[in-house]
Amino acid sequence: MPHILSIVTFLPLVGAGLLLLASLMNKGGQDAAAPAARWIALGTTLVVLAVSVLLVAQFDPSNPAYQFVENYAWFAGAGYHLGVDGISILFVLLTAFLMPICIVASWKSIETRVVEYMIAFLVLETLVIGVFTSLDLFLFYIFFEGTLVPMFLIIGIWGGANRIYASYKFFLYTLLGSVLMLLAMLWMAHETGTTSIPELKKYAFDPAVQPILWLAFFASFAVKMPMWPVHTWLPDAHVQAPTAGSVILAGILLKLGGYGFILFNLPMFPVASQMFTPLVLTLSVIAVVYTSLVAFRQTDIKKLIAYSSVAHMGFVTMGIFAGNDTGVQGAVFQMLSHGLISGALFLCVGVIYDRMHTREIAFYGGLTARMPWYAAIFLMFTMANVGLPGTSGFIGEVLTMTGAYQVSTWAALIAASGVIFSAVYALTLFRNVMYGEIKNPALQTIMDIDKRELLIFVPLIVGTIWLGLYPNAVLDYTGPTVEALTTAYRAAIGG
Amino acid sequence: MTIQTLVTLGVFAPLLGAMIAGFFGRRIGNIVSQSVTTGLLFFSCAISWIVFSQWTWGGLEAFTVHIAPFIHVGDFQSNWSIRVDAMSATMLIVVTTVSSLVHLYSWGYMAEDDSRPRFFAYLSLFTFMMLALVTAADFLQMFFGWEGVGLASYLLIGFWYKKDTASAAAIKAFVVNRVGDFGFLLGMMTIFWMFGTIQFAELFPQIAGKVGTGWEFLGYTWSALDLAGLLLFIGAMGKSAQFFLHTWLPDAMEGPTPVSALIHAATMVTAGVYMVCLLSPLYEHAPTASLFIAIIGGITAIFAATVGMMQNDIKRVIAYSTCSQLGYMFFAAGVGAYQPAMFHLFTHAFFKALLFLGAGSVIHGMHHEQDMRSMGGLWKLLPVTYAVMMIGTIAITGLGLPGVGGFAGFYSKDSIIESAYAAATSGHSAAGMFAFVIGISAALLTAYYSWRLVFMTFHGTAKWKDDGHHAADDHASHAQLETHSEPLDGDDHAHDDHHHGPLSPHESPLPMVLPLLILSIGAVFAGMIFAPHFIGHHEAEFWRGAIFIGADNHVLHESHNVPTWVKWSPLVVTLLGTFAAFWIYVLKEGVAKQWADRKGPLWTFLYNKWFFDELYDAVFVKGAKALGDFFWKIGDVKIIDGLGPNGAAWASMKSGGWLARFQSGFVYFYAFVMLIGVAAFLAFAIFTWGA
Repeated sequence: MPHILSIVTFLPLVGAGLLLLASLMNKGGQDAAAPAARWIALGTTLVVLAVSVLLVAQFDPSNPAYQFVENYAWFAGAGYHLGVDGISILFVLLTAFLMPICIVASWKSIETRVVEYMIAFLVLETLVIGVFTSLDLFLFYIFFEGTLVPMFLIIGIWGGANRIYASYKFFLYTLLGSVLMLLAMLWMAHETGTTSIPELKKYAFDPAVQPILWLAFFASFAVKMPMWPVHTWLPDAHVQAPTAGSVILAGILLKLGGYGFILFNLPMFPVASQMFTPLVLTLSVIAVVYTSLVAFRQTDIKKLIAYSSVAHMGFVTMGIFAGNDTGVQGAVFQMLSHGLISGALFLCVGVIYDRMHTREIAFYGGLTARMPWYAAIFLMFTMANVGLPGTSGFIGEVLTMTGAYQVSTWAALIAASGVIFSAVYALTLFRNVMYGEIKNPALQTIMDIDKRELLIFVPLIVGTIWLGLYPNAVLDYTGPTVEALTTAYRAAIGG
Repeated sequence: MTIQTLVTLGVFAPLLGAMIAGFFGRRIGNIVSQSVTTGLLFFSCAISWIVFSQWTWGGLEAFTVHIAPFIHVGDFQSNWSIRVDAMSATMLIVVTTVSSLVHLYSWGYMAEDDSRPRFFAYLSLFTFMMLALVTAADFLQMFFGWEGVGLASYLLIGFWYKKDTASAAAIKAFVVNRVGDFGFLLGMMTIFWMFGTIQFAELFPQIAGKVGTGWEFLGYTWSALDLAGLLLFIGAMGKSAQFFLHTWLPDAMEGPTPVSALIHAATMVTAGVYMVCLLSPLYEHAPTASLFIAIIGGITAIFAATVGMMQNDIKRVIAYSTCSQLGYMFFAAGVGAYQPAMFHLFTHAFFKALLFLGAGSVIHGMHHEQDMRSMGGLWKLLPVTYAVMMIGTIAITGLGLPGVGGFAGFYSKDSIIESAYAAATSGHSAAGMFAFVIGISAALLTAYYSWRLVFMTFHGTAKWKDDGHHAADDHASHAQLETHSEPLDGDDHAHDDHHHGPLSPHESPLPMVLPLLILSIGAVFAGMIFAPHFIGHHEAEFWRGAIFIGADNHVLHESHNVPTWVKWSPLVVTLLGTFAAFWIYVLKEGVAKQWADRKGPLWTFLYNKWFFDELYDAVFVKGAKALGDFFWKIGDVKIIDGLGPNGAAWASMKSGGWLARFQSGFVYFYAFVMLIGVAAFLAFAIFTWGA
């Protein structure tokens, strides 16, 4: 299929256009268009998923170079340049995989302005896939910054009571990073005379300038991850976002930061990367311990999971800047795995939130007696979150820690203590919500998950277990790309 | 069918059972779920015995079945595989034998529970994970099994999830085990970067080459092999409930009694011992790590015995006994006597499972009463249980005549004690004499607490006849009564029974009695039959290299030549301990209560388990909570948000009502900023390279 990357990137926009058309043609107003809107959105995301699967099937994992490249001169040196390697193709797949789940998850819980909601998700999908497929600085910037607009709308329109504060915080943090990244990009384009990312990867930036550029990109990606101490926007954003918004936020948008580190910081500024490795490792392990302990004390389920996300992203940054095969492969794996697990955990919260309209832990307790299937699913993802071997959560943690060990045994030691803390907060949450007698009378009639909800979870369960037992399904794809990356990195730092 | 196929089927059969009962239990019903899981377990058990007998008498060669790749990242390579050698063949029969009997026993014990399919699914899942652990050919699969049994343990301790103490105990078990796993992970990483492999077969031949080399860790240079050995041993300490990391095991008694027998006595808790013995090629070259193991093992053996003496909950006595016996195994391994350690693991599985299931039979017969102070005089009413408990007790106390013979524990425990002495006299281990003294002292206490249990339960006056027998409670402090009952799922009836109505203890049904009888056979004969293979003349041909013994390690050999007084001293102290228990609990019945009422300092200290729970609660639990609150409310809210987004700008905007008027202002503003960025890019591009 020629132009398959353009197709997979812009197909969601076509769906969004259809939605617009449908709502214009519909005379019955908002509510009447809602059912059609859901089906159109689901259909579109499923087609995108099918095309991405096709994409992956045609991809040659043994080749570390960019594949399916489309490169057209656009104007003034900037190009419409798309391509995927063994890392980015998996993020495309992850996005395409999570989107239909989000649509189905919103089937009943979103009742107002359904058409706009679905359009926002489809536009978001295009933008996110665009980030992972673009190989041009300019294009990347548009997609990367663009993702926040639909995300703001999703939180701002369909979010909770305190959504303004959440959007404000989110915005303030992101703005700072964006401006710095933009300046760095402008400087790079000026210096090298190209906006092609593959070209820029080959360009040897002056070691004296590298730290400044590195920091500029770091500012943007660290907020996205988010890394400690610029993480405080995330819990608020999650708490206010609707369930599917949280799934996308945790499942995909956080990964843009890690992806950015792998795309820019490590290959383009190797000298600076090495120089700042102690800083990144320190921030990473602080994130693991600090946010795990904070998670332990949360009273809101979503906040707890949000903090746990920050802790898990600590493993990612640690793995990336370990700069070795084990670390970087582990980091990519951890991002993909966290996309499934945190997505599933937010969906788990959504199940009981839809029923009771509260996320207060204290409200719940003893749900296992009424909801055995839900209990089994929630427990499975709790264990995956804790990094139990046999789930994908373990693979990312063990590989990133092993990678970090080579660079700093202290980092590995402190990160490894995360296996204790994660068990503490995750199992305490599970106990408080699921175990014990039902004491709250409101819960006496709560119903177990229905077929639609089960349908949402099944692909996530399969993915989490499959990647946990056979991680090479992913590692075979990332392997050659990462190896090329780390080899170049070692050569550049003379190691 | 090849033996490879057979053993593969044997390993996966319990998993199949777990999946059938777990996913379809509600649909296929209790009886089918129980039959399928139990049947598959007996199938697995039969295969294990075939493999083991082929190994012991049939000259089977060691082999590894490769099933699939697990992780391949550079040198970090792990495969799903089944490794069969003397070590794993021994564990196969231990695990599947006890597990199949426990499955059968649970037909009776859990008969009134309404989530039986779930229970049997968990039991079978546990068995599979344990088999994955013992047949692993590399550290990663071992860790998979290691944490997998932890998961099963968590699920089974918390099986009665409505009970708060049960769910608390489940978390405690998982978290304390994770402290150990933290060490295991670091040990594995150290091994990986030290040797470039995590596979046992590639690792073992390389170890001797690293003797005397250093390794950077946390800024210090350590003796490489000692460091790896110490880190991995932390994992073993967690799993095998050794001193400092032992606190979860007594609480784990919250789980149903068959679980305690299978997981928390016979199999899972021995995984640490198994690992240390399996890694004998490492520990033989890591003297400091070995010394540490011997010391921790010794302390645990005596510590747990002192606490076990004072417990009144029948299951907790046996739990501390398990802890203490595991200590024996560790100090044996620590002084270089790996074969006796494995042998004790083997015999202990039979008599400890027997004791636990016997205790379960008592609890069942007593309608869920676990406090021994409310028992007494049961021997007439539970004759079979009484007989098997006697057998189990004789076996664990190691009663036997040197040169003649005895029950199972006699062979293995005496071998450990003699090995410790031999290690001391041959100068092999600096901890040898320490271990020997501990071994003898703990044997005294073992006899005391084990017979105390029998006497309190089966002899003396029948306290359960008293109306309001819980008058005894007034001298029981908080700590011990947490677990004195096992309520049934959603059914308070049985619980109420023993508080109000008159109690009529009864003997257990056949599915419970049968496993007791079979285990009794093991408790009597396992030592006699297998001693020649594990520790005796056929020792070398049995192990066939599965345990590595350094050239200067003659501990096992020397242990056969210790002076006569050493050989007889265990018997002497055992008789002393037995007599002490008899005197206090039968002849002078009531004296123990007087002591308890007096609450002397030593009594208080031991009764409260050396105050470990209180200490850990004050330091770790409260500490983590305080730190978490501090990071959250001060770190995140006051400092980070206070300096950042909640600073002056936010305050002024908020008070000015700016926000209220521009609800979605951010979006537009953001989009605007982004557009400026795009414009800047364009302008820049056009001016720089334009035309």
